[in-house]
Amino acid sequence: MKKRVVVTGYGLVTPLGYDTETVWKRLIEGQSGIVLAQGLDEYPFASKIAGQCCDFSPEPYVERKDIKKIERFAQFSLVSGIRAVEASGIDFSKENTQRCVVIIGCGVGGLGEIERQDEKLAKRGPKLVSPFTIPKIMPNAAASHLATRFGIHGSAYSVSTACASANNAIIEAYKAIADGYAEVALTGGTEAAVSKLGVSGFGAMKALSTRNDEPEKASRPFDADRDGFVLGEGAGTLVLEELEHARKRGATILGEVVGYGATCDAAHITQPDEGGVYAGLALKETLRSAGLNPEQVDYINAHGTATLLGDVAETNAIKYALADTSRSVAISSTKSAIGHLLGGSGGVELIFSLLAIRDNVVPPTLNLENPDPRCDLDFTPLVAKERRIDVAVSSSFGFGGHNACVAVARFKD
Amino acid sequence: MDKEAIKDKVIDIIAQQLGRDKEGITGNQDIANDLGADSLDVAELMITFEEEFSIDIEEDNAQSITTVDDVVEQIYSLLNN
Repeated sequence: MKKRVVVTGYGLVTPLGYDTETVWKRLIEGQSGIVLAQGLDEYPFASKIAGQCCDFSPEPYVERKDIKKIERFAQFSLVSGIRAVEASGIDFSKENTQRCVVIIGCGVGGLGEIERQDEKLAKRGPKLVSPFTIPKIMPNAAASHLATRFGIHGSAYSVSTACASANNAIIEAYKAIADGYAEVALTGGTEAAVSKLGVSGFGAMKALSTRNDEPEKASRPFDADRDGFVLGEGAGTLVLEELEHARKRGATILGEVVGYGATCDAAHITQPDEGGVYAGLALKETLRSAGLNPEQVDYINAHGTATLLGDVAETNAIKYALADTSRSVAISSTKSAIGHLLGGSGGVELIFSLLAIRDNVVPPTLNLENPDPRCDLDFTPLVAKERRIDVAVSSSFGFGGHNACVAVARFKD
Repeated sequence: MDKEAIKDKVIDIIAQQLGRDKEGITGNQDIANDLGADSLDVAELMITFEEEFSIDIEEDNAQSITTVDDVVEQIYSLLNN
């Protein structure tokens, strides 16, 4: 018998801010966190814009002496995780911490630190390469720092499936609790890849928007004039808990994780299948595992990165999974406001999905002024709209062909 | 550079890296046991000293350094050779 898995806390670090209510308010108001990127003036990058956490500081959550030993992606995850734990009210000193787990998605790890140390290596040789290089760049550092902060002794690890990392991590956390292996999980995803190599690498793939003169207009999912995604950075971390465990300690329940689906295209390392079949199957499996009919899904937080192929593939995937009801579900891509947080996106977007349920409001897809005729579903253009939302599905599709979807619902006894 | 100037700079670097007040750091303190540096902190400190003083601390000599004064002596002798 599967256990029920509920959400009792979450925390955000995003280009729209670092406090959940502020971020949510700005998102619903249609504000954009996309800016002319700082720190990218060394080379003539084609894309100079990003969803950057410009004034982020890990203080006071991280001591000054530790800040430079923890790379930016792990700082994001640590701060959002501490906020999530604070919000949940959980006290790990009273928990059986071997029955608690930390599973954090991260796509690329410490790209910025790799660049800094490689520069030292090239200029000065190996002797000046920092001994903190490896513990800073390893993607699992995010999970390790959170486990260390709270003394969590169950399994702690990272999941890396590019842009689907956070959703795959959340799925693992969900399974650990649903199948009875853990009572509490810190999970979600993080990324800080707005760096020289990040921008060069994605730029070389022609994956990034080059609408540099209008940063706020650059991320345009499902719009005919889209020209690629805007790199973003940040983290979203959630506290998942077994229902009875949450009840016993009198926790406020913020929603329930009710199902998931994960597949792999197994076709091409970067290019999505335009028909969206396996992405569609991930959506279908999400509904099946949650025991939901298509018409019960009120909102889909789309992957919606604004790449030429990806948005069409996703539209087809939704049509495949929801069939006739695909036209009545509300869909939006919040990447239009914050950019693409890669391995961090699924964590942030599942939190947005829970907030959409809480407030019965669909966040908008900004810049969707001229819909691509092949993307002909209700993508909630430009402004948020009120709508009863009891069930939401958050989708992430990553390079590597990874498709991962998670369904959350309003908690009912 | 005289020993006092070297010591000031060394204490600045240690304070900065270990997140301590420099007023609390004295020459006879053991960098690991008194100031709480772990093995990675010590390795990073050596690199920082090398960069800041433009010197090259041999691995064998680095091993024999335990106190703040040991660092100062080592740097002083390297700068004056």
